[in-house]
Amino acid sequence: MATSTPFEQTVPPQAGPRAFIQKLRRGDEIAHLITLVFAASIVLITSLLVYELWVNSHLSRAKFGWEFLWTQTWDPVFEQFGALPFIYGTLITSVVSLMIAVPLGLAAAIYLAELAPRKLSDSIAFLIDLLAAVPSVIYGLLGIFVIVPLMRTVIGPALKGAFGYLPIFKGPNYGVGFLTAGIVLAIMVVPFIISVSREVLLTVPREQREAALGMGATRWEATWQVVVPWARSGIAGSVFLALARALGETMAVTMVIGNDPKIRESLFAPGYTIAAVLANEFTEATGDVYLSALIELGLVLFLMTFILNGLARIMIVATERGGGRPS
Amino acid sequence: MSRARLVWRKSLNAVMLTLTGVAAFGVVAVLFLILGYFIYNGGHSLNWQFFTQLPKPVGETGGGLANAIVGSLKLLLLAAVIGLPVGLLAGVYLAEFGGKTFAFIVRYTTDLLNGVPSIVIGIFAYSLVVAPVKHFSTLAGGAALGIMVIPITLRSTEEFLRSIPGSLREGAMALGASKWKTIATVVLPAASGGILTGMLLSLARVAGETAPLLFTALGNRFWSPGWSQPTAALPLMIYEYAISAYDDWHRQAWAAGLVLLSLVLLANLGCRLVLNRRGMARS
Repeated sequence: MATSTPFEQTVPPQAGPRAFIQKLRRGDEIAHLITLVFAASIVLITSLLVYELWVNSHLSRAKFGWEFLWTQTWDPVFEQFGALPFIYGTLITSVVSLMIAVPLGLAAAIYLAELAPRKLSDSIAFLIDLLAAVPSVIYGLLGIFVIVPLMRTVIGPALKGAFGYLPIFKGPNYGVGFLTAGIVLAIMVVPFIISVSREVLLTVPREQREAALGMGATRWEATWQVVVPWARSGIAGSVFLALARALGETMAVTMVIGNDPKIRESLFAPGYTIAAVLANEFTEATGDVYLSALIELGLVLFLMTFILNGLARIMIVATERGGGRPS
Repeated sequence: MSRARLVWRKSLNAVMLTLTGVAAFGVVAVLFLILGYFIYNGGHSLNWQFFTQLPKPVGETGGGLANAIVGSLKLLLLAAVIGLPVGLLAGVYLAEFGGKTFAFIVRYTTDLLNGVPSIVIGIFAYSLVVAPVKHFSTLAGGAALGIMVIPITLRSTEEFLRSIPGSLREGAMALGASKWKTIATVVLPAASGGILTGMLLSLARVAGETAPLLFTALGNRFWSPGWSQPTAALPLMIYEYAISAYDDWHRQAWAAGLVLLSLVLLANLGCRLVLNRRGMARS
């Protein structure tokens, strides 16, 4: 350690508490110890979180085993619980949101990193950071009073008119449902995709662009065929981060998803997500198995976001350390 | 290369580049649309009554959300008391003392904690604080928010401490100050502006959180004395009023949303402006 000085080594090793007290007098060890305890408390809190989720979902895990993950019944009266409709809803809404948010976010990031003058780019990035700070309940409010009516009167009919023959656009359109939740989520995660992708694109070396332009590529070709592939794993990382956020998002989704634990292929149909069922049923859960099943849902959600966050971090670090180079 | 191909490439270039610009300005426009829409819908409901009165019983119009505003402030105070010291001191550990393996573990778990969905933090606070005593409380809500404050504070603290040049530390130590004296009297004061701004940002972030409060603070239509009763909070009220069936509650949800949105945006705007100016001064 850097704190041990040569002076310390010349002191003969003393036995017992006296040596310890002498060390403590110097103050550094105390400060080190105190900050260490606080740092360790974070590890402790996180481990406790995992432990609580594990222990409190015991009843449900014991009763349903792995079948919990792929059965569809959600019946509080007969205490039969299966998580599949919620896992399905969580995944579908997140995928829909990414299908909207990724092209939009990537395009905006390309504009900010490649085209806009630095000052303009910085101010837009600043505003986009502000957008990322808007609380989710605000998006939920807008979802209920703006996007749901729009879905019922404009977006839904338009999609039905153009692609009505596809099974995902069949069935009645209530305004609430998978697609609506996906749209609200897309608006919420787009700022994250933009700001992370922009940072990653800015780390691509200048020579890469110059070489492509020097070979006669247009600006778009240089960007799309050289810069974006170089940054691809960082961009993928930003998408995973966005996905992890979309999976765990609660309020905005709860307000527009329709709250119906059924698996339906139509995107217009109402559904349910893990976070939404927790928000709606947790305080009303009567019976220990019911509560335990809800906590197990929380555990499933935790594991899903845990894996995605880990992957995202690895990918972003990989790009910043040297891009798509084979080395 | 044929002429037609060149024209195609050039027009593709123009079209795609325009589209990227449209996307960027479109996303920024969303921010102003949201703000404008909330001002339009909620602005006229903001009056003295809104800030000073309790909610009226169901069916009566009028009343305010004074208890939710006070409740939110109490929850934020608790979150600050619980979360800020841990984040600050752990940040000092990582920036000034951290060994290799343990610092890596702390950093990794911090990232992990930061990525935990807020509703899961709610379950955690429920099983830790609510389940043993069997009733919902301000304390439980504050604990949930406090846990969320820790990783954000830690990250910004560590970053700002690291940005303090080593020559400052060396100067203090050369004058005979011990390490902790150097940290307490030289390094921390030098980074204090940035650290405080980072703390404010983390509080602004949890101020808008609803999910972790649903089964900890629960909500309340009356004043919540002390710390062991369920309490109202601004985001909870917005949620409850938005999904209700009464027009007057919708009107108040917009007004409460406007208050929350302006507070969060103003805090972020101020902090980020300060941070940007410091960043420019440094480079």
